[in-house]
Amino acid sequence: MRQKKDNVSADQLFKVFIYVALITLAISIIIPIAWVFMASIKQNSEFYSNPWSLPKGIYFQNFIDAFQRAKMGNYMLNSVITTSLALFILLGVALPAAYVLARYQFRGSKLFNTMFMGGLFINVNYIVVPIFLMLVNADKCLKSVFGSGFLLNNVFILALIYASTALPFTIYLLSSFFVTIPKEYEEAAFVDGSGYFRTMLCIMMPMAKPSIITVILFNFLSFWNEYIISLTLLTKDAKTLPVGLMQLMKAQQAAANYGQLYAGLVLIMLPTLILYIMVQKKLTQGMSLGGLKG
Amino acid sequence: MNKQKGRMGFIIACLSPAVILFTIFMVIPTINVFRMSLYKWGGFSNNKTFVGLSNFKILFKDDNFYRSFQNTILLIVIVTIVTLALALIFAGIITRIKVKGQDFFRVIFYIPNILSIVVIAAIFSAIYDPTNGMLNSILGIFREKDADILLWLGDQKIVIFSIAIALIWQAIGYYMVMYMASMASIPESLYESAGLEGAGEVQQFFSITLPLIWTNIRTTLTFFIISTINLSFLLVSTLTNGGPDGATEVFLSYMYRQAYTNSSYGYGMAIGVVVFLFSFALAATVNFVTKREPIEF
Repeated sequence: MRQKKDNVSADQLFKVFIYVALITLAISIIIPIAWVFMASIKQNSEFYSNPWSLPKGIYFQNFIDAFQRAKMGNYMLNSVITTSLALFILLGVALPAAYVLARYQFRGSKLFNTMFMGGLFINVNYIVVPIFLMLVNADKCLKSVFGSGFLLNNVFILALIYASTALPFTIYLLSSFFVTIPKEYEEAAFVDGSGYFRTMLCIMMPMAKPSIITVILFNFLSFWNEYIISLTLLTKDAKTLPVGLMQLMKAQQAAANYGQLYAGLVLIMLPTLILYIMVQKKLTQGMSLGGLKG
Repeated sequence: MNKQKGRMGFIIACLSPAVILFTIFMVIPTINVFRMSLYKWGGFSNNKTFVGLSNFKILFKDDNFYRSFQNTILLIVIVTIVTLALALIFAGIITRIKVKGQDFFRVIFYIPNILSIVVIAAIFSAIYDPTNGMLNSILGIFREKDADILLWLGDQKIVIFSIAIALIWQAIGYYMVMYMASMASIPESLYESAGLEGAGEVQQFFSITLPLIWTNIRTTLTFFIISTINLSFLLVSTLTNGGPDGATEVFLSYMYRQAYTNSSYGYGMAIGVVVFLFSFALAATVNFVTKREPIEF
């Protein structure tokens, strides 16, 4: 009898301990993020008092300043263009390639499959400098022929490079879906007189919709948040949001204009947070399928 | 015959854009990393001289490189052990024990993984700020007024651990979700029979859960090595820029500094080659050491 009672209280103690641990970790994540949101609507004078004090009012001027004075508006536009263009290129290039690699046997199909699989091991941090040098050299050639180079400091080229470096992962994810579709679908389509392109576009692609959404999600996050390629290749005024913000952060250490900085942080975080809350189930499920980290 | 031609045409049309982009922006740069490591090549001028392995000879006498080596290894070890332990424990708790608000915790824990490294750097510089930071203002409550404040990013002895904490904070949720997915596939009946034989939750965790997801843990060990090398670079270049005085310089940040900032491309690429081979060798060793007979259920 006594033994049982001890067990119950030990169990309860265990439960309490578990909740404390879970809640501590949750708080350590929520508080800093909430802190950024609160700081983004504080007036500059409020930053010199207690850092934990709540904002006195909603000081929206921070966002206006960030947009106008700190050029966050331009940076955001650049980020939107680069991200959407890169997603567009990526899907246009990766979908047909993944489909063909997964469903057609031809000479060299094994080789191409291995090649893209091998690409999973190439990390962009290693090759960013060679890519930069390649563009510098190509720009020099262009300059001698046309009088001006356009490959560096170009958001379109940046988008092309984002898309290219995301190819191995995307093709891997999409073809692992395409191989699971039964052959009968295509055979039926061919019997009905549908050509190769029509079969791919009208029959296979619609079936791949869930995988396509997963691909868009993951790549949106990585393109939107990308820092090092953008830092290396955009050396002039055109910057993406993370790089522009980083620059603001370094300048802020001298000028101490915190309001704009936190407003900028909110601008970067908000799209990803909204997207995440909308689709969090899909994202965490897709991760266990694709399981890869940059 | 004509049909055969059409088929091949279709295959080429679908595959060639991907192959071309992949070759230009991934294969050629990768080859260039290895090729350039054999040249002495500085600045934008095109005078490259072939020097064979001399870049590597210089590298093995470079104290700064050894320092970045030490820092990277330290980070890999700390981040892997702490994150692995915490992620496993939390994943085990959330899947096995009926806690209220499971979904809430899962959603919250994954958030750091979707944030840009720049945002993480900004958050942690706000946390670590010596005078107005979140950490020091909490610690200040427990301390006498005139005690020295801790410089989380300014003290050479502490700063590498501050970086490690930020990396762990970022990674826990990702690995937790990963382990939860494989823990969910363990059949309930195993736990039931273990429970009947009197095994407690903790014992079940060590004798059922861990052995059964061992393959998954092994895979993530490789991820830990690769992603710590990469993320420590990004975090260091955004948060401390290698400082104070090289105390947080890691592999790739040293490579980037030599190659891009310092314009010694050849030397930078030699560092890249060594780091690449090292991470491969480390991953292979870890993979070999942790090999067990797979357990089926």
